[in-house]
Amino acid sequence: MSVESVFPRLEALLPRVSKPVQYVGGELNATVKDWDSTTVRWALMYPDAYEVGLPNQGVMILYEVLNEQPDVLAERTYAVWPDLEALMREHNVPQFTVDGHRPLGAFDLLGVSFSTELGYTNLLTALDLGGIPLHAADRTDEHPIVIAGGHAAFNPEPIADFIDAAVLGDGEEAVLEVTDIVRAWKAEGRPGGRDELLTRLAETGGVYIPRFYDVEYLPDGRIQRVVPNRDRVPFRVFKRTTMDLDAWPYPKQPLVPLAESVHERMSVEIFRGCTRGCRFCQAGMITRPVRERSIEGIGAMIQKGLEATGFEEVGLLSLSSADHSEIAEITKGLADRYEGTNTSLSLPSTRVDAFNVDLANELSRNGRRSGLTFAPEGGSERIRRVINKMVSQEDLIRTVSAAYSNGWRQVKLYFMCGLPTETDEDVLEIAGMAQEVIRAGRKASGRNDVRCTISIGGFVPKPHTPFQWAAQCAPDTVDSRLRKLREAVNSDRGIGRNIGMRYHDGKPSLIEGLLSRGDRRVGRVIERVWAEGGRFDGWSEHFSYQRWVDACEAELVPLGVDLAWFTTREREETEVLPWDHLDSGLDKEWLWADWQDALDEREQDDCRWTPCFDCGVCPAMNTDIQVGPSGRTLLPISPVGKGSPVRNPALHLS
Amino acid sequence: MQTCRRGVALSRKDQPNPSASAVQKLRLRYAKRGRLRFTSHRDVARTFERALRRAGVPMAYSQGFNPHPKVSWIGASPTGVASEAEYVEVQVVEQIDPVALRAALDAALPPGLDVLEVVQASTGSLPDRIDASLWRIELPGVSVDALRAAVAGLLAVEQVEVERLTKDGKRIIDVRPAVMSAEVVSSHDLMITESEQSDAGHVQPDDWTASGEPCGILVTVVRQTTPAVRPDDVLSALRVVADLVPPVPARATRLAQGRLDDDGRLADPFAQDRATESAVESGEQERD
Repeated sequence: MSVESVFPRLEALLPRVSKPVQYVGGELNATVKDWDSTTVRWALMYPDAYEVGLPNQGVMILYEVLNEQPDVLAERTYAVWPDLEALMREHNVPQFTVDGHRPLGAFDLLGVSFSTELGYTNLLTALDLGGIPLHAADRTDEHPIVIAGGHAAFNPEPIADFIDAAVLGDGEEAVLEVTDIVRAWKAEGRPGGRDELLTRLAETGGVYIPRFYDVEYLPDGRIQRVVPNRDRVPFRVFKRTTMDLDAWPYPKQPLVPLAESVHERMSVEIFRGCTRGCRFCQAGMITRPVRERSIEGIGAMIQKGLEATGFEEVGLLSLSSADHSEIAEITKGLADRYEGTNTSLSLPSTRVDAFNVDLANELSRNGRRSGLTFAPEGGSERIRRVINKMVSQEDLIRTVSAAYSNGWRQVKLYFMCGLPTETDEDVLEIAGMAQEVIRAGRKASGRNDVRCTISIGGFVPKPHTPFQWAAQCAPDTVDSRLRKLREAVNSDRGIGRNIGMRYHDGKPSLIEGLLSRGDRRVGRVIERVWAEGGRFDGWSEHFSYQRWVDACEAELVPLGVDLAWFTTREREETEVLPWDHLDSGLDKEWLWADWQDALDEREQDDCRWTPCFDCGVCPAMNTDIQVGPSGRTLLPISPVGKGSPVRNPALHLS
Repeated sequence: MQTCRRGVALSRKDQPNPSASAVQKLRLRYAKRGRLRFTSHRDVARTFERALRRAGVPMAYSQGFNPHPKVSWIGASPTGVASEAEYVEVQVVEQIDPVALRAALDAALPPGLDVLEVVQASTGSLPDRIDASLWRIELPGVSVDALRAAVAGLLAVEQVEVERLTKDGKRIIDVRPAVMSAEVVSSHDLMITESEQSDAGHVQPDDWTASGEPCGILVTVVRQTTPAVRPDDVLSALRVVADLVPPVPARATRLAQGRLDDDGRLADPFAQDRATESAVESGEQERD
């Protein structure tokens, strides 16, 4: 059965929507395969706007890994904006992939990557437009298997009703194993239908099938237990870990969009995982252990990627890029190699130390020194011990002085508000810190016009972190602390005018908190918000706090719980958490001990340079830290050419 | 001639980004086809600059902290409109072969942005050689007769004011003085030309398919004015004078640009560059 492109019908709608180019596909390095000559077909979705979703590394990697298989087809789909959604409903055009413009319902699998929980309503729009029943229980053999991945999949309970499966952790190998199972099942003539296929996935121990588990509740609303409701299904589902990043140099052919996107650069992941141990950081907890890509592997990926994309900027990605064991050699080597080719390098690292300034100097050797970013995260020494972000005010002042004296004109500082145990004083110290930064900057640079921007985000407690038990701070408290902070910043006018302050109100964070630590009962809230028009909740112009509050009132209160119960309530040690049966490798007892250390303001050092502190990941997952130096080199190190990072002898006159 | 001149890398220790100076300027004509017509000018510019890098073109860059490749755009067709005649100039720091550049850049650009011709720039300014466009506007669902009547109505009047939504709000423009000529043909008659133009080397699975019913096609020469009169404005004018409202969006293609000659035809902007090139070639052959 072949599947027709919906493009002719879509095309007639495109002149009537904003930025039509985002729906036409045709990106450089995109793949369109013949439908009939493949056996397993994936649609991969990033549930946000194209401009955000296209640069997503996770989707890009899986898209390429899958399409490299001769009998597998993978196409991408993104959330459509409300203007096109309305026209698609009016003209009966289904949710489509941008590659072949095939209808979503025709695929075997729909993989959805959730970096954030705020994409949940967009998943429902895509399912609905795709003609796929919203509830997994209502789907038949005719419908795709809907699989969630990404960091939010470490607690998929709020979307348990809408997904068939979730995969925790690294996807490179997992998608191929899922593909193998689907391929074999189809080849055998689909024995046992959808149910058998899902059971075979569950049997691997690495794919979570929510409806194969029953959740029982206590009279007070807490969870009593979560247990499998059939044979062949494991009690716990483990996360996937891809070891040896050099063996997985993806994306090899990064997608280059025609439309403008949020990251106009190519990215190379230089390592995965982080053991700095910041207690608020879910990414750092669930991606352990640290696995470095070698300097040689990084150099090769960059050269091939530049040849394949033509990007002018390369971002060296990771959770804390300056921590790569060979980072100095990497940055110097790349700066030498690409000198004169107008290729810039960026290192999204926020470590607060002078070494970081040296790296930034090297990377901006040929360019403008505009702004450097550091993330002290907490305003006071005390709160930084609570969150395990070990940086002193002296470190920070020394570091920013080095930056300003090297010609940098602006320093950006990232903080969080609403952290556990936080008081007004902890937040107000941010003002004092910013003022000290300006004074130090003026002294170091000899200029009065140095700038400091403080950017403050609301803290959201996340599953699988030591703060998973913490009470989330109420939005009113966050808003009041930020108001006081603004007054404190402006109290010294001579310095305050050099300080910029960026923040959002605390309300969206509270809803993110509900979706992060919610259980299956929150699914009703999501569905109601969506039915009442909720879309693009990550965008302030589309987000409606009141709609969420009203939906919680309508759906949760009859069940004996409410929005506050899920967010601002502190959990006890013995409480069964909705994600306890999902294994990130972290030992729950270690997480609890680390939470107690946080409350006692005790720090925990990094296991890369101090002894193992028994977080549990390596023995549970049979993994190990992989760090260099590898002793290998960036090859070749000679400069590549003039005006372009690529040499093309064919262009030259003989 | 100076075809062997080499760029000299200047020593500018105090300059943040010493780029070698340009030694050659090349002029390109390219097409924007199929679904690529939905790209905006900014999309095209970004895509072009990346393709130049992938193709290994030794671009010249502007000086300063924020260097840009030396690429000059001449006009730009609006988003949603296809074109067979867009023009751009690039400057390079090493002498390159225009024919090789056409092939390399065309291969590096996505299908639908197709480089049609590259010439080495002779003297004179390219923008000065362009003051009008030839458009083909296909109106599916509009009969040839209905379109003929509307166009006759348009040509019969002196002035047609239409409203256009711009960034700064609504703006009234008079379309009529810019319309130099307008005739109507049937899509049926153009089929043969279409198949000749199709780019056989590229796979474009999603490109528009020829619609079954013959429809009216407006072929019109529009002079460059300020503000520019676009195909959409011409269609608005047909609505004003004849109440013509296409049932589905029209599909416009710029077929040519150039300077209007006395006969109302468009002179090829590359004619002079081509003449200079062939003069150089024959001169070189004589030397050999």
